Amino acid sequence: MTPGEIAIRALILGFIISLAVITGFAYTTLLERKVLARMQARVGPNRTGYIPIPWRGGEKRFLGGFMQPAADAVKLFFKEDPTPAKVDRVIYNLAPMLAVIPAILILAVIPWAPAFQLGPWKFQPYFAIAPGINVGVLFILAVTSIGVYGVVLAGWGSNSKYAVMGGIRASAQMISYELALGIIVLIPIMMADSMDLGVIVNGQRPIWYVFMQPLAALVFFIAALAELQRAPFDLLEAEQELSAGFNVEYAGMRFGMFFMAEYMKMISLSAIFATFFLGGYGGPLVDKFPWLGFIYIFIKIVACLFLMIWIRATLPRFRYDQLMGFGWKTLLPIAVLNFLVTAVLIVMAEEGTLTPIIDSVTQFFVG
Amino acid sequence: MIHPIPFTLLAAVAVAAALGMLTSRNAVHSALYLVLNFMTVAVLYLVLNAPFIAMVQITVYAGAIVVLFLFVIMLLGADLLRGVTDEVRGSERYHRYLAVLLALVLLGVFGYLLLQNNFGGTTLSPTIDASPQALGITLFQDYLFPFEVTGVLLLASIIGVVIFGHTRKRGKENA
Repeated sequence: MTPGEIAIRALILGFIISLAVITGFAYTTLLERKVLARMQARVGPNRTGYIPIPWRGGEKRFLGGFMQPAADAVKLFFKEDPTPAKVDRVIYNLAPMLAVIPAILILAVIPWAPAFQLGPWKFQPYFAIAPGINVGVLFILAVTSIGVYGVVLAGWGSNSKYAVMGGIRASAQMISYELALGIIVLIPIMMADSMDLGVIVNGQRPIWYVFMQPLAALVFFIAALAELQRAPFDLLEAEQELSAGFNVEYAGMRFGMFFMAEYMKMISLSAIFATFFLGGYGGPLVDKFPWLGFIYIFIKIVACLFLMIWIRATLPRFRYDQLMGFGWKTLLPIAVLNFLVTAVLIVMAEEGTLTPIIDSVTQFFVG
Repeated sequence: MIHPIPFTLLAAVAVAAALGMLTSRNAVHSALYLVLNFMTVAVLYLVLNAPFIAMVQITVYAGAIVVLFLFVIMLLGADLLRGVTDEVRGSERYHRYLAVLLALVLLGVFGYLLLQNNFGGTTLSPTIDASPQALGITLFQDYLFPFEVTGVLLLASIIGVVIFGHTRKRGKENA
């Protein structure tokens, strides 16, 4: 394929996958509302859209509330969207876009399925918008690191004290937790010996990295939650302290875009977690039927999303000093230690110094 | 080799962003122009077949350093550059001449190098292996000593910051 053909294919695929993830975002909001409601012994949205099924004389309402995201979107589009006085107009309008763009950009490198032929297009070495990028992990780090601008600029551009405080909190938090995230990402890289996400997925056969490196997976998940600025790390929109934080001056679809950015980032970081630690698209029979990869990664993403929602329903918000202390004094040392131990073990295994130790241990226990 | 049209476009955006950064009176706008400049330079690296440097450029400069700048700007409320006060004006004239002199020296060095190369006399070989593995091997084998020295330099600055922060805290307790 010529570079031009690859570019056109990436454009078409990018459009399709972005649309799919935007639909996914809408239904993630519904999932969150439903799951939170069930955990708090409520029912959740159940009026907008249902499938009536005759049941014992009356009718049973099946899938109640499945049109709720569409109703929410229509509401957001038709709400009045005033611009507050004395805001920095350019930055105020730019901030929601800067929040959404990185959330979509991350999807470019995520492998969705193994290599297969789709009409004239042959996807090698795996199915992604941009497959086979040898700096894929660094691309993810780069894009997540610029994701903070949307929030920070929304806070500063709104000309509001509460919003500025939310923006300041966001920037401090992102810088602090990015360190732990950046170091923990090195562990799957070292295990797979590559920064290519497809190689990392293939390196997790037959054992996922979450079982080989449970501590690393835990640290990654916590740091990812902090990068997402979701509960219990949602100090930048603490209702009690900052009324709503960085987005207090936004309304209508511009507020909707921040909402969208949060949920799309949830989806993309779940996909990254699945790729790094849960075996990505891998699963039984995936080599014979490549389309199974889509189903496997979908299930893994939904599982991660459920975990995030579960955590939001369970844990109270951190205090600010606890947040900083946890990031710098707990998460970062654990990440560095885990990294060092893994590096030493990998080198020892490569040099062969590990085999006599393992042999003697097995001899001691097994006899 | 990079095609002249995209290169000119990218270079124009980079230079315009740099000028915007210098001339903007609003510190936050300056920081944003700086981000745009870093991004454009990262794209230039990417086009020049150096993806590792491009990604590191975005992560470190656009993602961490400018975010820190913004944090400090917002925390101190130093968003708007105030007019030059009388106090500074005395020393400012002297600074201005020094700045012009240094800029001329820099321009001279760049111009000399440019003329020596006869405007694109050297070509970048596109066959160079720019993968992270190759880069890591080069960095940790051929350039190990400079790499380690840079690490020590950064460590020294970290220790310096810690010392400054510490003494100030103790002084506060005594007062």
